[in-house]
Amino acid sequence: MQTFDLSKDGLRALNSSLHALKGQTNMTAWEVINPKGAHAIAAGVDAPVEITVRGSTGYYCAGMNKQASIFIKGSAGPGVAENMMSGKVVIDGDASQYAGATGRGGLLVIKGNASSRCGISMKGIEIVVHGNIGHMSCFMAQSGAVVVLGDAGEALGDSLYEARLFVRGKVKSLGADCIEKEMRPEHFAMVEDLLRRGEADHKAKPEQFRRYGSARKLYTFNIDNAAAY
Amino acid sequence: MCGIVGLFLKDASLEPKLGAMLADMLITMTDRGPDSAGIAIYSGAGQGRAKLTVQSAHPGRDFPNLDADLKDAIGTPVLMLIKDTHAVLEVPMGQLEAARSALTHLRPEVKVMSAGEGIEIFKEVGLPKDVAARFGISKMGGTHGIGHTRMATESAVTTMGAHPFSTGNDQCLVHNGSLSNHNGVRRELKRLGMTFETENDTEVGAAFISHKLQSGDTLGHALEATLTDLDGFFTFVVGTKNGFGVVRDPIACKPAVMAETDQYVAFGSEYRALVNLPGIDTARIWEPEPATVYFWER
Repeated sequence: MQTFDLSKDGLRALNSSLHALKGQTNMTAWEVINPKGAHAIAAGVDAPVEITVRGSTGYYCAGMNKQASIFIKGSAGPGVAENMMSGKVVIDGDASQYAGATGRGGLLVIKGNASSRCGISMKGIEIVVHGNIGHMSCFMAQSGAVVVLGDAGEALGDSLYEARLFVRGKVKSLGADCIEKEMRPEHFAMVEDLLRRGEADHKAKPEQFRRYGSARKLYTFNIDNAAAY
Repeated sequence: MCGIVGLFLKDASLEPKLGAMLADMLITMTDRGPDSAGIAIYSGAGQGRAKLTVQSAHPGRDFPNLDADLKDAIGTPVLMLIKDTHAVLEVPMGQLEAARSALTHLRPEVKVMSAGEGIEIFKEVGLPKDVAARFGISKMGGTHGIGHTRMATESAVTTMGAHPFSTGNDQCLVHNGSLSNHNGVRRELKRLGMTFETENDTEVGAAFISHKLQSGDTLGHALEATLTDLDGFFTFVVGTKNGFGVVRDPIACKPAVMAETDQYVAFGSEYRALVNLPGIDTARIWEPEPATVYFWER
């Protein structure tokens, strides 16, 4: 375990040390202390390392993550795990707005609540939120899956493409072209798997969830509207 | 961008440190806006005295003998404390408006930053650390205060365009965001008798709330009305004689974090602003919900 004191050594030194691990296959463990809400902690990592951040982080922690497992022992600021490619990010506390935005892969676990625009424009990432998610979450979400044990805010899944959304609690309102869909056996299996990997299988059961997805009316061309173009 | 901070003390033993705590919070937010910075600090309300905080681009010309000249004009002694480009003039509560109107004749170029029982506003172009040092903010005590560091996106980078904006006695407002219907709202408020110093959108937000309060609305109702009548992006933090309030527009893309302990309620644009507060590791920390009004009053 290598410990990095952010208040002493600085962010650029941390991130350049982490970026230098690219191409290495030896699993290493890193600990970051005194994060104090700093921006871009462990952004752009591309190595199968384990990074534990002891405290709360600011903007864009774990952004663009590839391969790494990043654990935040506090809350995360805006844009955590934005555009994650692979690997895993686990947040013990809450996440601010646009958590996991545009993510292409990997698993994002938020043990508290996520605020607005969680999973906006996601393209393959999987997100498990133990608490609630805020308004405009999964806006234009293209693929991937979101499992929410709590409630969802206004306009869930507005202009949704093919991401799969599962919510256990109340949905304040659905966005344009987002509808409730039937839970089929493959969806129960998908939720069960995500609950397990999201460390939430002791908190919820797949049959408690409802599925939401795209009505596919907004993003598919309708010949009746041809005259409008 | 822009950075906002606010601190409302519940524990009187922290009051001597209010300025130091608030200045530290604001300096941490410097990289959210380098154009201008300002702080409103509330102290000493309820003692029958009132304060007029004024600013001059030529303090060497405008401030000498200002206390004596004001005394001659209003007939009571005036206490003056000069801090760089600002001066705090203390008068009996009943003489506040007389002093303010005398000032417009005695020193026509002097601008009023704030007026009221508790409020003092200091703001200038420059970085928070420089502005805080020029006015000795770290040595100031008080019950509550708000601060702002500006990245100008709308209207000029000037002292008068710096936040906080004060449009009523003991009232002030700081803003992160931009209002899109401020010209229309300003016209309507002017018709209703409100006056404006700048073309700035935030001043309209401040005057909108001041007008509601003058019309007898509570702070809570005034803040709720911003959600229906103001169009644009905003996180507002509002100071009054007794406390402070927070409201975010329904889209809530302008960041906000709050922390509460038995000793204080604190606001920051980012968590970074709060990390040096006492007991922050065990504080209740949350993001204010969109379109939801929060306020604390003593």
